[in-house]
Amino acid sequence: MDNDLSPQDKKDLDKFIKFFALKTVQVIVQARLGEKICTRSSSSPTGSDWFNLAIKDIPEVTHEAKKALAGQLPSIGRSMCVEISLKTSEGDSMELETWCLEMNEKCDKDIKVSYTVYNRLSLLLKSLLAITRVTPAYKLSRKQGHDYVILYRIYFGEVQMAGLGEGFQTVRVGVVGTPIGTITLSCAYRTNLAFMSTRCRDSQFERTAPIMGIIIDHFVERPFGNVGHMHPCNYRAPGEEEGGAYAGVEDSQEVCTTSFSTSPPSQLYSSRLSYQPPTLGAADLCHPATCSAAHPHQMAVPGKEGGVPQVPMQPYHGAQAEHGRRPSCPSSDTAHHIPATPSSSGEDAETCSRSSDLKSASPSDTLETTFTRKVGAFVNKPTTQVTTASLDLPFAAFAPRAYDLEENDPMVHPPDSPATSSPLQGSLHSQGSSETGEQAQEDFVMVDFKPAFSKDDLLPMDLGTFYREFQNPPQLASLTIDVSAQSMAEDLDSLPEKLALYEKNIDEFDAFVETLQ
Amino acid sequence: MNCRSEVLEVTVEGRQVDEAMLALLHTILLHRSTGKFHYKKEGTYSIGTVGTQDIDCDFIDFTFVRVTSDELDRVIRKAVGEFKDALSNSGSDGMGQISLEFYQKKKSRWPFSDECIPWEVWSIKVNVVNLANEQERQICREKVGEKLGEKVINIVEVINRHEYLPKMPTQSEVDNVFDTSLKDVQPYLYKITYQITDSLGTSVSTTMRRLIKDTLAL
Repeated sequence: MDNDLSPQDKKDLDKFIKFFALKTVQVIVQARLGEKICTRSSSSPTGSDWFNLAIKDIPEVTHEAKKALAGQLPSIGRSMCVEISLKTSEGDSMELETWCLEMNEKCDKDIKVSYTVYNRLSLLLKSLLAITRVTPAYKLSRKQGHDYVILYRIYFGEVQMAGLGEGFQTVRVGVVGTPIGTITLSCAYRTNLAFMSTRCRDSQFERTAPIMGIIIDHFVERPFGNVGHMHPCNYRAPGEEEGGAYAGVEDSQEVCTTSFSTSPPSQLYSSRLSYQPPTLGAADLCHPATCSAAHPHQMAVPGKEGGVPQVPMQPYHGAQAEHGRRPSCPSSDTAHHIPATPSSSGEDAETCSRSSDLKSASPSDTLETTFTRKVGAFVNKPTTQVTTASLDLPFAAFAPRAYDLEENDPMVHPPDSPATSSPLQGSLHSQGSSETGEQAQEDFVMVDFKPAFSKDDLLPMDLGTFYREFQNPPQLASLTIDVSAQSMAEDLDSLPEKLALYEKNIDEFDAFVETLQ
Repeated sequence: MNCRSEVLEVTVEGRQVDEAMLALLHTILLHRSTGKFHYKKEGTYSIGTVGTQDIDCDFIDFTFVRVTSDELDRVIRKAVGEFKDALSNSGSDGMGQISLEFYQKKKSRWPFSDECIPWEVWSIKVNVVNLANEQERQICREKVGEKLGEKVINIVEVINRHEYLPKMPTQSEVDNVFDTSLKDVQPYLYKITYQITDSLGTSVSTTMRRLIKDTLAL
C-alpha cells in the first residue's frame, strides 16, 4: 500500500488526518459550549489555518484530544469518538450523542492527497459545522446553565453507543476517501429523552424535550468538580483542570521540531468559556508546506499575520487540477521559532490586532488568549452574539470584567451604607444630642456636601450651608438635663409667690386683655 | 457534463420565509465557498481563511451556520427579500420556488458572448401557510425548525457525494469559475432566481426572472 504512496504524501496524509481529528473535536465541543460561535474570514493567505477554515483551538480540548489519540491516528478498528452527555445538578447524567471518526479499509488510490483529500476534508469540516447545529443536543446545550451542564469525553477505540438509549438515530456527516482508507464522520444521537430525575417542572423543556426533568436548584458551587474523565463543555478555573498547565506545546514539540506562534488572529471568540491560563503556542501549520525543518507550529488561534511566509499550494498549470511538484518553503519559515518556554508567556489576552507581524519577536506573547470561564450560573445575560470584527481590547476588557461579576456575585455584596447618614441621625436624639451631634460631626467630616438640585453659587447662604447649620440646632433650654432636675421643686415652691404677684397686678392684666379685644 | 439538480421543499408561515430561505441558501453557500485565492508566480496560489458564524432565527427554532461575510449576506438577503415580496404580492396561495444555480463561464469567440454552464442547481420550493392562532404558530416554529434540520442533513448528504466540481482554475480563468467580487470569501459563480407559482399551479404563467448576480452574462 505504501508503495503507491510517496513518503511525502504519506506523511502529509497522516498530518491531515491528525489535524482533521483535532479540528473535528474542536468543532464538536465548541458547538456544545452553549454559545454562538463567530470567527472571521481572512482574505489574505496566512497559510496557517488548517483546511482554510477559521476554527479556534481551545487548548484544553486539544490537550484532551491529544491525550486520547496518544500519538496515534484513527485507523481501522480504532475510531476516535467524542461523547456528549448531560449532567444535572443532582448528579444524574445521560449520554446525548456520540460522534465517531472512523477509518475503513476501502482505499482510493487514485486520489491526490495534498489537493483533493485536503479540500474534501475541509468540506467535511464545514458539513460538521452545519450538522452540529442540527442535532437535538444543540438546543439543549444552548440552554445549559443552572440546571444542567453538557460534558464531553474523548476516547479511542470501539464506538460505544449503548448509552444512547433505544431508538437512537444516526446521521452521517460525510466520507472522504484516501489512499489508505476511507474516513467517515457520523453522529449517533439519542432520541428518547426520558430522564431519571424525580422532579419534572420547568417550562423550558416542554418544547425541546418532552419528558425531560429539570432541576430548579440553583447551585452556586461547582457541583461537577469530580466528573472524572468527563469534561464540561463550559467550566471554570483552569486550576481545577486535571491536566494542569497545558502541556500542549510540549506535546506538539514532540511531533514537530519547530514551532512558532502566529500573530494574533483576526478571530476572536464570543464564548463564555474563558479561562485564565496562557494559551500555548501550538497548532500546526495547516498547509502541506514542505519546510525543510519540518512543519512549523502555529498559535492556537491562527489568523492573519503579516509576515507569515506564503505557503504555496501546488503549482497549477493550465486548467488541470493535477498537482505538480510541491515547492519548498521559503527559508524564512524556519526562522520562526517559538520561544523556548512558551508556557511562560503568562496570562495573555487575545488581541485581534491584524497588524501583528509574525516576525515580531516572541510571537507567543502577542497572541494572548484570555478566556474567562464561568460556572453554570451565567444565565441572566442574554446570549448576544459578539462578532469578532475589530474586537481585541474591548473584548478582552469585557471578559475579565464579566468573569469578576460571576465570581463575586453582586447580589451577595450589597453596597455599603453611606457613612454620612450618621450625623443626621445623631441630631435626632434628644438626650445629649448636641454632644453626639457634634461628635458625629467631628467623626464624619463632610467635605463638599453638595445637596441635590441646588446651586451653590447664588447666595452666600446656600442650601448646603443651611442644611448643615440647621442639622444641629442648639438644644432647647428646657430640655437640658441640668435644668430639669431642679426645676420641678423650684417651680412648686415659687408658685405661691408668683400667684401673689399676679393678684397684685391683676388690674394691669385686665387692662391688657381689654386692649386685645 | 450533466447538471446536478436538487430540490428541497419546505412549508412555512409567512414571517418565516426569510429565515428559512436564508438558512438553506447560506448552508449551501458555506459548502460552496472558499477563501480568496491569491496567485503568486510559478502558478502557485494560496487560499485565504473562511470564518463561520452561527445565526439564530427569530421565528424558527433553528440555528444555522454561514460564512462570515457581510457582503455575501447582503446579497443573499436582498435576493430573499425580493422573493418574499414577490410571494406576498402574488396574492395566490403562496407557492414559489427560489433557485440557487452554480455555473461556469465558458469563453466563446467573438461575436458570441460567454456561455454560462450550470453544474449544480438547488431549488427550494416554498409553500406559505397562514396560521390562525398563537399556539399553532408555536408548534409551527418547532416543526419548521426540525424540517430545516432535515434539509440541512439532505444538503450535506448531497455535497458529500463529491460529485463534479469545477477544476481549480489558473489565474486567468479564475473569474470563470469563482465569484471574485467579494473581499473576504470566494464562492463559486452563482445566480439566484425565483418563480412564483400562481394559484392554478402552473409555474410559468406568472414567472418573474430576476437575475441578482451582476456577473451573469446574457
